[in-house]
Amino acid sequence: MPKDDGIGASTKRREDTRFLTGNGKYTDDINLRGQTYVHFLRSDVAHGRIKGIDSSAAEAMDGVLRVFTAADFDSAGGIPCGWQVTDKHGQPMQEPKHPILAEGKVRHVGDPICAVVAETYAQARDAAEAIEVDIEELEPVVDMKAALKDGATKVHDDLSSNLCYDWGFVEENKDAVNEAFNNAAHVVSLELTNNRLVANPMEPRVAVGDYDPWGDSHTLYTTSQNPHVIRLLMGAFVLNIPEHKLRVVAPDVGGGFGSKIYHYAEEAFCTYAAKVLKRPVKWTSSRSEAFISDAHGRDHKTKIELALDADHNFTALRTETYANMGAYLSTFAPSIPTWLHGTLMAGNYKTPLIYVNVKAVFTNTVPVDAYRGAGRPEATFQIERLVDKAARELGVDPIELRRQNFIKPEEFPYQTPVAVVYDTGNYHATMDKMLELSDYAGFEARRAESAARGKLRGFGIAHYIEACGIAPSNLVGQLGARAGLYESASVRVNATGSISVYTGSHSHGQGHETTFAQVVAEMIGVDANSIEIHHGDTSNTPMGMGTYGSRSLAVGGSAIVKATNKIIDKAKKIAAHLLEAAPEDIELKDGKFSVAGTDKSVDWSGVTLAAYVPHNYPLEELEPGLEETAFYDPSNFTYPSGAYGCEVELDPETGKIDILRFIAADDFGNIVNPMIVEGQVHGGLAQGIGQALLENCVYDDQGQLLSGSYMDYTMPRADDMRGFTVDHSCVTPCTHNPLGVKGCGEAGAIGSPPAVVNAAIDALHRAGHTHITHIDMPLTPSRVWAAMNG
Amino acid sequence: MSKVTMTVNGRKMAAEVEGRTLLSGFLREGLELTGTHVGCDTSQCGACVVLVNGQAVKSCTAFAADLEGAEVTTVEGMANPDGSLGNIQQAFQDYHGLQCGYCTPGMVMSTAALLADNPKPTEEEVRHYLEGNICRCTGYQNIVRAVMAASGQDVGALAAE
Ligand code: FES
Ligand code: FES
Repeated sequence: MPKDDGIGASTKRREDTRFLTGNGKYTDDINLRGQTYVHFLRSDVAHGRIKGIDSSAAEAMDGVLRVFTAADFDSAGGIPCGWQVTDKHGQPMQEPKHPILAEGKVRHVGDPICAVVAETYAQARDAAEAIEVDIEELEPVVDMKAALKDGATKVHDDLSSNLCYDWGFVEENKDAVNEAFNNAAHVVSLELTNNRLVANPMEPRVAVGDYDPWGDSHTLYTTSQNPHVIRLLMGAFVLNIPEHKLRVVAPDVGGGFGSKIYHYAEEAFCTYAAKVLKRPVKWTSSRSEAFISDAHGRDHKTKIELALDADHNFTALRTETYANMGAYLSTFAPSIPTWLHGTLMAGNYKTPLIYVNVKAVFTNTVPVDAYRGAGRPEATFQIERLVDKAARELGVDPIELRRQNFIKPEEFPYQTPVAVVYDTGNYHATMDKMLELSDYAGFEARRAESAARGKLRGFGIAHYIEACGIAPSNLVGQLGARAGLYESASVRVNATGSISVYTGSHSHGQGHETTFAQVVAEMIGVDANSIEIHHGDTSNTPMGMGTYGSRSLAVGGSAIVKATNKIIDKAKKIAAHLLEAAPEDIELKDGKFSVAGTDKSVDWSGVTLAAYVPHNYPLEELEPGLEETAFYDPSNFTYPSGAYGCEVELDPETGKIDILRFIAADDFGNIVNPMIVEGQVHGGLAQGIGQALLENCVYDDQGQLLSGSYMDYTMPRADDMRGFTVDHSCVTPCTHNPLGVKGCGEAGAIGSPPAVVNAAIDALHRAGHTHITHIDMPLTPSRVWAAMNG
Repeated sequence: MSKVTMTVNGRKMAAEVEGRTLLSGFLREGLELTGTHVGCDTSQCGACVVLVNGQAVKSCTAFAADLEGAEVTTVEGMANPDGSLGNIQQAFQDYHGLQCGYCTPGMVMSTAALLADNPKPTEEEVRHYLEGNICRCTGYQNIVRAVMAASGQDVGALAAE
């Protein structure tokens, strides 16, 4: 085994070659013969009744093929929601229809009203400007708490209110939790906002619909993280196209971060219109359009309280959260504030009693769904801000307060009071590693040096746990998921020994083509360059659920291991026949099969050739060929955890915060490619630091999006942060998947926001601003300055 | 519509354009050079950066019709003559300076412009220069490493503060 491409090697990414030379194939690079272009005319008001649409002038314009409205979709279903949450009274959530084009009402700025298809994109846009839409403006519903007041205007007239659900978890524990608060020696509380964000993958969404009358079949090329999910949702629920007549292809995809999980109206439109017009239909989102049509993330308002006994042991935790759903339910929206958030409220701690209440609210804003971390950043931010505040109020060291309440290494597996069982972990080890790498001991000297320059230095800590590798299908089914969450793989060994792997996972930056090949190369002992990883096309990959929730290696990789093991089992039988030995006596090492204790052997390609040219072959017992498929359904989530340390310098003159160093000590279990893992953490940190200091998606009280472009929405840039140190030497392997791996994709975005805010508060307190107990994210200079001088 | 001719990656190439056709559209649709990406509509992301007469230009800000006769280099023109990765491209691969690859063409072209002007930039200078290129995937640290490495500098020293 060449050490540079097996498990554990920082193998350079094979996909880089095409990306670096301009040979990537993203959806917008696909242009089909006879292609037409669609432009969506979108609502510029947040809430209104559509009184009339006059598209006659537009339809008469040069190049215009047709203008579509909701009336064209009478026979189509709405965009479905993939998760049903049951409220605290056992009732299903309120679930409004989400039409492809607005029906009767517009419900957010960006809601598509008409679709204009023309010969060129410019013609479609020009024609859209000639459409007259008569809209009676209605009172917009923007603020979540106002939306729930009696008599509030309703976003959906056919629902009883703007409340999607009122969820209690664990409802049966509520009284015991309240009792614990009554008996507490100390109670610490905090109200905070988890700021609304926009995922902003650099590639805007694109869809190209194609219809082939030859086979009455449809193809959709789309920027998706999960083409099979899109095929199922769109085919079965929206357009009534059976799977065998629908192919969905997600080629190279330029980042997703959650926002490309969901089935979007534009995908259904392009697929449908291509059949109506008998020509391919292409839609390319502009960035401005992305801001008002891609699902947003976060947007929670929470009150959290912690009860402690006289010895500072955590005795109970309770929260009340308002979670914004936006105007419609995006594909997985209801699950984010509930099952991906409530189940993480134990954090790394032995808090015995927990009660989480979440009210999900409809507003006249863009739908809100998962964004990198999805629910877990919200949980972590609450817990780690509150524990820090508790340490300050009690006058104890925030590190020691955490250590005292940590679940201890010998206490795993650990059943939390919020349903999940953590399989492994060692939080003391990651905390120690982080403190070592951050030179915590030298902090005081660095602080004094900053102070001499008139700057305030602070050090902030957060310790996170997250549940990823989503998820056991039977469990999520009980929790309301309308899908299974297994993953699939087919391993096709070719006659000369090269290997084609087809995975249901999807790579949009994660480097699966490299890492999955490393896994198979290690297992069989062949050169990774003889292995090709295929993903993203429903016509050749087995039904799989795609990539999100840090699941690709833990779930998708496990499916590949399972299929490869089947291949090895069969190959050993073929080898046994060729070597005239018993299959139990065959060993596979470095791509060679040998009979144990002898020098008889046959190499990998000898066996693969025999499988396809079965002249000397046990045909009575064994089919020819060497191709296996496996589906892997995990028995639990994986639980990565880690200690994050952030050192900031704050300029008291301006309130500006600079990140000077950021140390991430993560436990991801076993690692396949350390270089890629480090890159994933870097990216997550940038998004988490972006949330903490820069990014904010803001609506005014009329429901107008104030941060609708890169001029107003502050994306992290190269000079906004520096000094990342990433370590993953603390390893407690996952106990229930074959590689012993945990997810690493979201950790950075989950653990970093509280570390940054804790660092800022620390800097302020050390400088005597002890009245500042919290500042809501993003900690912009003006907010910090106002807190100091307000 | 009018015909515009430019020298792109050393070859004379022509396409029909409207007055409002941007250089990015001319390259992507007119010449089918889809390596140049478009990531925004407010000239802020830098995914579209190419070299025009040696200068880094956001190709979404220039009209193709204004550039008759220009010399343009895109990411497709950055490999070595034998087809292997060029120096900057190789450094991006070596230091894992890309993930989804969408910002990458712009990053590579901006780096080319930076190093032409300033062959041994400091980390500070690299970070400042790349302010006009947004990457959502990498957190920039490995991009900065790649740029420093492409300039022949030691990147082991890139650390806190
Ligand atoms: S596409 Fe040119 S700067 Fe964004
Ligand atoms: S690598 Fe994805 S945006 Fe930079």
